[in-house]
Amino acid sequence: MPDGGIGASNKRREDVRFLTGKGNYTDDINIHGQAHVHFLRSDIAHGKIKRLDTSDAEKMPGVLRIFTAADFEGVGGIPCGWQVTDRHGNPMQEPKHPVLAEGKVRYVGEMIAAVVAETPAQARDAAEAIVLDIEELPAVIDMKEAVKDGAPKVHDELESNLCYDWGFVEENREAVDEAIRGAHHVTTLELVNNRLVANPMEPRVAIGIYDQASGDHTLYTTSQNPHVIRLLMGAFVLGIPEHKLRVVSPDVGGGFGSKIFHYAEEAFCTFAAKAVGRPVKWTCSRSEAFISDAQGRDHVTKIELALDEEGHFLAIRTETYANMGAYLSTFAPSVPTWLHGTLMAGNYRTPLIYVNVKAVFTNTVPVDAYRGAGRPEASFQLERVIDKAAREMGIDPVELRRRNFITEFPYATPVAVEYDTGDYNATMDKLLEMADVAGFEKRLEESRKRGKLRGLGINCYIEACGIAPSNLVGQLGARAGLYESATVRVNATGGLVVMTGSHSHGQGHETAFPQVVADMIGIDPSMVEVVHGDTANTPMGMGTYGSRSLAVGGSAIVRATEKIIAKAKKIAAHLMEASEADIELKDGQFTVAGTDKSVAWGDVTLAAYVPHNYPLEDLEPGLEETAFYDPANFTYPAGAYACEVEVDPDTGKVEIVSFCAADDFGNIVNPMIVDGQVHGGLGQGIGQALLEHAVYDENGQLLTGSFMDYAMPRASDVPFYKVDHSCQTPCTHNPLGVKGCGEAGAIGSPPAVVNAVVDALQRAGHDVTHIDMPLSPSRVWAAMQQG
Amino acid sequence: MYNFEIERPGTIEEAVAALAAEEAQALGGGQTLIPTLKARLAAPAKLVSLAGIAEMKGVRSEDGAVVIGGGATHAEVAREAAETYPALAALAGGIGDPAVRNRGTIGGSLANNDPSACYPAAVLASGATITTNTRQIAADDFFQGMFTTALNDGEIITSVSFPVPQAANYQKFEQPASRFALVGVFVAKFADGVRVAVTGASEDGVFRWSEAEAALSADFSADAISGLSVSPEGMIGDLHGTPEYRAHLVKVLTGRAVSAA
Ligand SMILES: Cc1cc2nc3c(=O)[nH]c(=O)nc-3n(C[C@H](O)[C@H](O)[C@H](O)COP(=O)(O)OP(=O)(O)OC[C@H]3O[C@@H](n4cnc5c(N)ncnc54)[C@H](O)[C@@H]3O)c2cc1C
Repeated sequence: MPDGGIGASNKRREDVRFLTGKGNYTDDINIHGQAHVHFLRSDIAHGKIKRLDTSDAEKMPGVLRIFTAADFEGVGGIPCGWQVTDRHGNPMQEPKHPVLAEGKVRYVGEMIAAVVAETPAQARDAAEAIVLDIEELPAVIDMKEAVKDGAPKVHDELESNLCYDWGFVEENREAVDEAIRGAHHVTTLELVNNRLVANPMEPRVAIGIYDQASGDHTLYTTSQNPHVIRLLMGAFVLGIPEHKLRVVSPDVGGGFGSKIFHYAEEAFCTFAAKAVGRPVKWTCSRSEAFISDAQGRDHVTKIELALDEEGHFLAIRTETYANMGAYLSTFAPSVPTWLHGTLMAGNYRTPLIYVNVKAVFTNTVPVDAYRGAGRPEASFQLERVIDKAAREMGIDPVELRRRNFITEFPYATPVAVEYDTGDYNATMDKLLEMADVAGFEKRLEESRKRGKLRGLGINCYIEACGIAPSNLVGQLGARAGLYESATVRVNATGGLVVMTGSHSHGQGHETAFPQVVADMIGIDPSMVEVVHGDTANTPMGMGTYGSRSLAVGGSAIVRATEKIIAKAKKIAAHLMEASEADIELKDGQFTVAGTDKSVAWGDVTLAAYVPHNYPLEDLEPGLEETAFYDPANFTYPAGAYACEVEVDPDTGKVEIVSFCAADDFGNIVNPMIVDGQVHGGLGQGIGQALLEHAVYDENGQLLTGSFMDYAMPRASDVPFYKVDHSCQTPCTHNPLGVKGCGEAGAIGSPPAVVNAVVDALQRAGHDVTHIDMPLSPSRVWAAMQQG
Repeated sequence: MYNFEIERPGTIEEAVAALAAEEAQALGGGQTLIPTLKARLAAPAKLVSLAGIAEMKGVRSEDGAVVIGGGATHAEVAREAAETYPALAALAGGIGDPAVRNRGTIGGSLANNDPSACYPAAVLASGATITTNTRQIAADDFFQGMFTTALNDGEIITSVSFPVPQAANYQKFEQPASRFALVGVFVAKFADGVRVAVTGASEDGVFRWSEAEAALSADFSADAISGLSVSPEGMIGDLHGTPEYRAHLVKVLTGRAVSAA
C-alpha cells in the first residue's frame, strides 16, 4: 500500500491555494456585464410599511431597476424544509416568508427593496434616496412575553407567536411526572443557551446569471449545499426546473451551519438577473451579515433530573423555549426538536424522558442550525444538571456519570434513537489520564498561592451525526431525503475524479476523500481528485452539515469505488484470461490467486477506454460509477471533556489553563484533519461559553451588531488543546466505520467550561450553582458578589 | 463611504490652510475616521491627511519631558519611548492590533477622545501639555467629556509633551469584544505628588481619581487605597459591565498599577 491511505495525516492539499491567496471564492468571481444590488433593509424591528416610494431613487445615476414586493407577486416564498407536528398532532404554524417584505417588516435587517445599479456605491446611494415610512409597532423580543395572551403578533395571520408546542415522547408525559414526584432527589436547573452569530470569515455572496439565448439560469452562491439550494429555490420560489438551473458554490470560507439555508438574497439575484437582463451580484458586508445571516441557539430551558438514593437517574423532564426569529429558516423547526430532544438521554440510562419545546416567533433575525445544532443545547443542560445533582447529593461528578453510563449496545433510548456502539468508560478513563485529574489538588494549591481560584469541569457528550436515514427523517417531518451521492470517474490512464454531493467549506474533503479511494485501490492519493460544489458536474447530493460528509458522503464514495473495482476485476480477468472470482486487487495490481500473473491498475483502466482487447459483448466500456448512500442509522460520536480554569477573584476574569478532549469518532481517515476539526469546534464552544452573545434591546435593535460588541474568540482566549481519538468503537452500519467529528468540539465544550468555573467558585466558598453563558468577567464577578 | 476630496499637505501651515475649507476634516491614521466613513456615518467634503507632515512625526526628549509628534503612530511610540517613558510605551504597545498601531496616531486618539481610549489616561495622569497649531493646552483643560475636547474646528494637535514621572504604570482591563479599555487606570508618581487617571469607566470620559491621588501621595502603596471606594454613580453601564463593576475595577486596577509602577 502506498503511503497516504486511510489513517495517514496527509497535509491538506487545498491549503496551498488558501494560504497563498489563490482560493476562488464567490466574491472573486466577476461576470462580464454584471450589475450590483444593494438591499434596503429595515432598521425597525416591527412595523407597517406606510409608504415606499422609489421614484426619486430610480432617477439616480447608474440605477437599472428598483424592486419591491410588488415585483414578486406570483413568486413563491422562501420555503421551510421541515414540518414539526405539535403535541396535539397539529402541524406547526408556518408563516409566509416573502423575498422582499410585504406590507410589514418583522426584524431589523429584513429586506424591503432592492436597487440594481451599475456599481455597488451607486446602488447604495440610490437605496438611501428611497422614501420609506414605517409605522412602528411594539416589538416582541422576549420569548416568554411573546407567548402571553395579548402579545403583539409577529404574523397577524397566525393564531399566536407560538410556532409549535412539541412534546417528546408525549406518551411518556405522565409517567415522567409521576417518576419525578416520587423520586428520592430532584435537581432543577434553569438556564439560557445564549444566542450566537456564526460569523464565518467569508460573508455571504450571490451572483445570478441568466442566459437569454438558452433560458439557463446560474447562481453562484456561498452555500454548504448547492443542490439543496437548486431544489428549494428552483421548485418552491422561482419555478425553474433543475435542468435550467445551475448552482455553483466554489471555495467557501466557512459556514458553521449559517450557509446551509436558502436565503432570499439568492432568490433575488437569480430572479433579477432575468428581469434586468444582466448578471446581478451581491456581496454581504460584515455589518449586514450580523442582521441577515441566520443566528444560532437561543434556548431558555428548565430541566429537572430525578435520581434514586444511589444516584441512578430515574427521569428527566425539560421545558424549553426556542427562538425561531421572525420567519422559519430552512431547518429551523428541526433544531430544537429532532436534533435536540432525541439527544436528551446523553450517555446515560434514564428510563423516562419528556422534552417539551415551545418554538416562538419574535421580531429578531431567523434562528437556525449552528455548529452542533440542537445537540449542544441538549448536552449543555444535561451535563450541567448532572454536575449540579452530583454536588447536591455529595457524589463525585465523574462517579455519578459512570454509575449511569450506558454500557451495552445497541441501546435504544427512550427518546427514539438507537446507539449502535460506544464505550463511555474508555473515553472517560482516557480523559482522566490526559487531564492529570489526580494532580489537580496540587495545581489548585499552586493557583491559590498566586491568588487565583482554580476549578475543574468534566463532562461527557453524545451527538447524532451522519445525518440522516431518509425514511426516518421523513416520518419526523423532513421535506427532503438526507442521503449522499458520489460519482467516481476513472480516466484512461488510471487517475480518478470523485464527484461528490458533499461540499467542503474548510473541512479538507479534497485531502481526506482521496485517501479513502486510494486506500481501496492501493494507489497514491495524488491520483485522485475531488470535484464538488457545482450542480452541473456532481450528482444530486445533500451537502455538508451535521458531521455527515465522511459518514454519509464518504460511504457513497466507497460504494461507487466498490462498483469500479468490481468492474475493473472483470476487465482484469479478461486481460489475464482468468476467472473473475480469482482476481485480487492489492497495491494497484490485479493478480490471479495462486499464479504470478498480474496486470497493473493503469492497464485495466486503459483497456476500459481503449477496448481493443475487451469483453464488449458482456461489459460496457468505460469506468465510471455512481452510488447513492442512505444511512441505516445516525452515527453517535461521544466522548469526555475536561476544562481547567483559573478565575481572578478581583475581576471575575476566567482563563482556560487547560482543555482536554477524549473523543470516540470510530475509525479515523486523517488524524491531523480530525485534530483540526476538534480544535475549531472547541474554539467555538469556548467562544460560546466565555465570549459570544447576540443581544437585542427591547425594541429589537441588535446591540451586538459588530465586532466592537460581539466578542469572537481569538487565539489568546484558548489554551493549547490536548485532543485524543484513540478510543475507537467503529460505527457498525457504514462501510468506513466512521462517525463524524465536525461538531463534537462545539457540543462538548460549553458545559465543561461552565462546570469548571462553578467548581472554582464553589471551592472558594461561593454559593454559586450556575452562571449563564457567556461567562464574561462582569457576570462572574457579579455571581461572586451574590453568594 | 461617500465621495470626498483628499489633500496631502507637507507642512502644518498647509494643513491648517486646507482645513479652512468648508466641511474639511483632518485625517490621522484613519483608524477611527475611516470605519466611520465606511459606515456612512460621516460625510466630510474634504479630508486633509496629516500623514505626510514631517514636523508632526517622531518621539524626542526635551528638558525631562518626552515630546511626541501629533502624527506619531502608536507603534512608533511603543518603540521609541520604551527607554524614556516605559509606561507610556507599554500603553501604546497595548492599543488594538499591529495594523491599528502602525496607522493610528496619538493626535487622532486625543482629538477623538473616545471614553474607552487609552491615551487620554496617560495624558491626564502625566499632566501632559497638548500643543496645537495655535496654542498649548494643559491636559486638565483638554478633555471635556465623551468625544469632546478643547480643540476648535480645524485645530491640529501637532505634539504632546509628557513630563516623565519617577514611576508609572498603566493597567488596562480589556472589554472582551473591542479590546478597548473596559476600564484603564494610569498612575504616575512625580516628586510633588501622584496623579491617577481613569479611562473607560465614566460617562464623562477620562477623569482623575483625586481621593486616590491624595492617599497615594502620602503613601505610594496599594494598601494606601484599600479603605477607599469608588461610587458607581455616573459610571458607564453596558453589556460588558455594570456601573458597579466598573467602579470596582477602578480600585482594583489602581492598586495593581501602584504595585507594578
Ligand atoms: C481594531 C481597533 C482597535 C483599537 N483599539 C484601541 C485600544 O485598545 N485603545 C485605544 O486607545 N484605541 C484603540 N483604537 C483606536 C485607535 O487608537 C485610533 O488610532 C485612534 O482612536 C484614532 O487615531 P487615528 O490617527 O487613526 O485618527 P483618525 O481616525 O484619522 O481620526 C480620528 C479623529 O481625530 C481627528 N484627528 C486626527 N488627527 C488629528 C490631529 N493631529 N489633530 C487634530 N485632530 C485630528 C480626525 O479629524 C478625526 O476626527 C482601536 C482602533 C481599531 C480600529
